[in-house]
Amino acid sequence: MNKRAAPVARQPTDWQTPAMQRHVRRRYAAERRFRLLGLAAVCASAAFLFYLLATMIAQGASGFTETRLALPLDLRGHVTVTRAQLNGAAADLALAGAGLENAVDAAADRAFPAQGGEALLSDGAWLRVRDAIKRHPRLLATPVTIPVPVATDIDMAYKGIGTPESEAAVAALGTHLSRGLNVSFFTGADATDPTRAGIWGALKGSLLTMLVTLALAFPIGVLSALYLEEYAPRNRWTDLIEVSINNLAAVPSIIFGLLGLAVFLGTFHMPRSGAIVGGLTLALMTMPVIVIAGRNAITAVPPSIRDAARALGASPIQVVFHHVLPLALPGILTGTIIGMARALGETAPLLMIGMRAFIAAPPGRLTDPATVLPVQIFLWSDDVQTGFVEKTSAAIIVLLVVLLAMNGLAIYLRNRFETRWK
Amino acid sequence: MSHGALDEGCRVGERPCGGSMSRFVQALAAMLPLALACGLAACVDQAAGGGAGARDQIRAVGSSTIYPFTTIVAERFLATVPHARPPVIESTGTGAGIRLFCAGVGAAHPDLVDASRRLRRGEYAECARHGVDQILEVQIGIDGIAFAEALQGPGMALTPADIYRALAAAPLGRRNTARLWRDVNPALPAIPIQVYGPPATSGTRDALAELILAKGCEAVEPDTLGMHQRDPNAFATRCQRLREDGAYVDAGENDNLIVQKLRSNPNALGIFGYGYLEQNAGVVRGIPLSGVAPTYATIASGAYPGARPLFVYAKKAHLRAIPGLRAFLRQYSALWSAGGPLVKRGLIAAPPAVQRRAAAIIAHEVALDPRVLH
Repeated sequence: MNKRAAPVARQPTDWQTPAMQRHVRRRYAAERRFRLLGLAAVCASAAFLFYLLATMIAQGASGFTETRLALPLDLRGHVTVTRAQLNGAAADLALAGAGLENAVDAAADRAFPAQGGEALLSDGAWLRVRDAIKRHPRLLATPVTIPVPVATDIDMAYKGIGTPESEAAVAALGTHLSRGLNVSFFTGADATDPTRAGIWGALKGSLLTMLVTLALAFPIGVLSALYLEEYAPRNRWTDLIEVSINNLAAVPSIIFGLLGLAVFLGTFHMPRSGAIVGGLTLALMTMPVIVIAGRNAITAVPPSIRDAARALGASPIQVVFHHVLPLALPGILTGTIIGMARALGETAPLLMIGMRAFIAAPPGRLTDPATVLPVQIFLWSDDVQTGFVEKTSAAIIVLLVVLLAMNGLAIYLRNRFETRWK
Repeated sequence: MSHGALDEGCRVGERPCGGSMSRFVQALAAMLPLALACGLAACVDQAAGGGAGARDQIRAVGSSTIYPFTTIVAERFLATVPHARPPVIESTGTGAGIRLFCAGVGAAHPDLVDASRRLRRGEYAECARHGVDQILEVQIGIDGIAFAEALQGPGMALTPADIYRALAAAPLGRRNTARLWRDVNPALPAIPIQVYGPPATSGTRDALAELILAKGCEAVEPDTLGMHQRDPNAFATRCQRLREDGAYVDAGENDNLIVQKLRSNPNALGIFGYGYLEQNAGVVRGIPLSGVAPTYATIASGAYPGARPLFVYAKKAHLRAIPGLRAFLRQYSALWSAGGPLVKRGLIAAPPAVQRRAAAIIAHEVALDPRVLH
C-alpha cells in the first residue's frame, strides 16, 4: 500500500490486471446496455406505430372501396319524365316523384329473384341510377346495365366477412359483382347505411372549425406574444400572466369544453353543435400554445438585430414588423400548426358543446350544425352495424393523412424560412 | 454608411429584408384586424340569431338505443321533404336527453327527446316548471333488454330472481357476496359472476332496474310486493341498487364494446338492447329469461319479461315554430310498421292498437296527461 502523503511518481495504469480488465469490461457492458436500451425504446415505439398503421390500413383500405352489382335496367314505361324536367333544377325531385326508386327495386327483383332481389341493393342504389340518368338522359329510353352499390351485408360478404346467407348470395351472384372506388365516401356526409356514409361532411366540419380557430387564435396569440416580449414591462403582473398562460396550455381539453358550454352556449346563446362554437372553443385551447411558441421564437431573435434597427432610426413598430416578426415567423408558424394539429384531433371539448350529432348533410355555413373528423370516428365506432367497422378505420386513415399533411407543412415552413444564428 | 449597416442587419436573416417575407408579414398584419372583425361579426350575428330566434333544423336528443332509429327517420325525412335542412340528432342517453329537453321552450332547446323508458312524474314536473307542459308522447315501438353471452359461452338460462341475487347490492338486506353463479342458484354453472352493462344515465339501465331487478326482488322478498306503488324511493333503495364490487361492470354507452368483451371472455354476460343482439347474432346469443328466449316474436307478444316500450317526446309548442317537425313525426309512423325500415334495423313493432293510438297522437297533437305517469 502506498502512503498517500508521499509524492510518488505516477505509475502507468496496468490495464492487464484482472481487476482493471473487469472494470473495463463493465464499462463496455454498461455502454452496450445503454445503447441497446435506447434502440429497444425506438424499436418499441416504431413497432407500436407500425402496428397501428398496419391494422388501420388493413381494416380501413376496404372502406374506400364498394361492391357493385351489374343491374340490368329497362326503365321504358316505368319512369316517365320529360326532357325539360331533366334539365331543370328540380330534376332530382322529378325523378323521385316518377317512382325511380321503386323501378330500380323492381328491376333487382326481376333480375335476381333467387338471391334476394331488392334486398341486394344499397339504400343509395337508386341515387346512383338517378345521377347516371341526369348525365345521360337516353338511359331512360334503352335497356342498359348499370353498376349500383349493394347492401352492406352483401358488401361485407364480398369483402370476406359475411353471414352464411349473404355469402351464399355472393357465390350465386358470381361475376355480376365487382369492386370499385367508393367515390361517395369522399363526397357524402354521415348516413345510417354504411354503404352510403361519407367523410366529406365531417371533413368540411373540421375545416370550418379550424378556420374559425385559426382566424381567432393566430392573430390574438401572435399579438399577445409580441406585446409580452417586446413591449410589456417586467413586473409582477406580467409574471402572473406568464404563469397563467403556461398553466392554461396544460389544462385538460375537456375543461375548455365546459367553458365553451357555459360561455358560448349559456351566456351568448350561440347555436349548439355549430362549427363556429367548436372553433371558438378550440381557439381558447390553441391560443396558449401559440403564445408560448411565439414568445420562444421572438426571444430567439438576437437583440443585436433590434439594436441595429433602432440605431438606424426605426420606430419600435418598424423594428417589430420589419425585423423581429419576419425572423420569428417560422417558429411561430411551426408552433401554430402543431397547436392546430392538436385541435384537429380533439374530441372531448366538442362533445360538450354538442358536436356529436348525426347530420345527414355537410355544413354549408359556420353556424350550421356540424361534426368533425374525430367525433365522426367516435360515432361510427359506436354504430351497431358491422359495415361501419371498416368505415371507422377508413375515417381514421383520412384523419391521419390530414394530420400528416399539416405536420409536413410545419416541417416545410421551418426548413424554408428557418434562420441559423452563427 | 447607414446603408451598409442596414444591409448587415438584413443579411443575418439570409433573406433580403424588403423581400417576400416582409411583405408577407405586412399583409398578415393588415389581415389581423380583418380576421378579428370577421370573427366578432360572426359572434354578433349569432348572438342575435342563434338563441332566442328561429331555428330551421329539427333537433333531437336522448337515448342511444333509439338514436339509430331516429337517424333513419331523419334520412327519410330529408329524402322526402324538399329543401329540408338536415335534422341534428344527438345521442346523450335518456336521462341527460330529458334534462336538455325540459330546460325550456325556444330555439335553444331540443324539439324531441328519444326515451327508452317512460317520462317520470318528477321529470314532467321539472319540464312544466320551465314551461314545457304540452308534450306529445309517441310510442314508436318496443325493445327488449337482452342478456347475452358469447356463442361459445356456457349456455346459461336465468330468471329475474337469479339476476337479482347475483347483481343487487343487498339481496335480503345483506351485502351481496356471491362470487359464482352457482352461489345464487345451485342449478347454474360454477363460473364467476361477471356482467357488462349500461351506465346509470342509460335508459337500458333503468329498464334493468324496473323490469328485471324489481321482479326478482318481489320474487325473492315477497314483503316488497306493492311497495313500488306505496313508496317508490324505499323500493329503489332496497331492490334496484346494483352491486359495486366489480361483478357488474359499467361499460359506458358503447354497446359494441360489450359485444367485444363477450367475444374475448366467454364466461362474461352482457346487457344491451335487442337491436344489438340481432345485429351481432354471429357473435353472441341471447340468454332465456324464465325460459323465454329474447326473439322478435317473444318481445312483440310481451312473453319475454325484459320487454320495454320506446318513446319519442315532442314539444307541442315547437310543432308550429320549427319547420318540418310535424312531417318528421309523421315519418316515424310511416316507418315503424312490421317489416318497415325501422324494424329491419332492430326495432320491434308495437301491437297495432298501440301504433294506432300513437299515430292519432301525432295526427291530432294530443298532449300528454301527466296523471298517467308515475
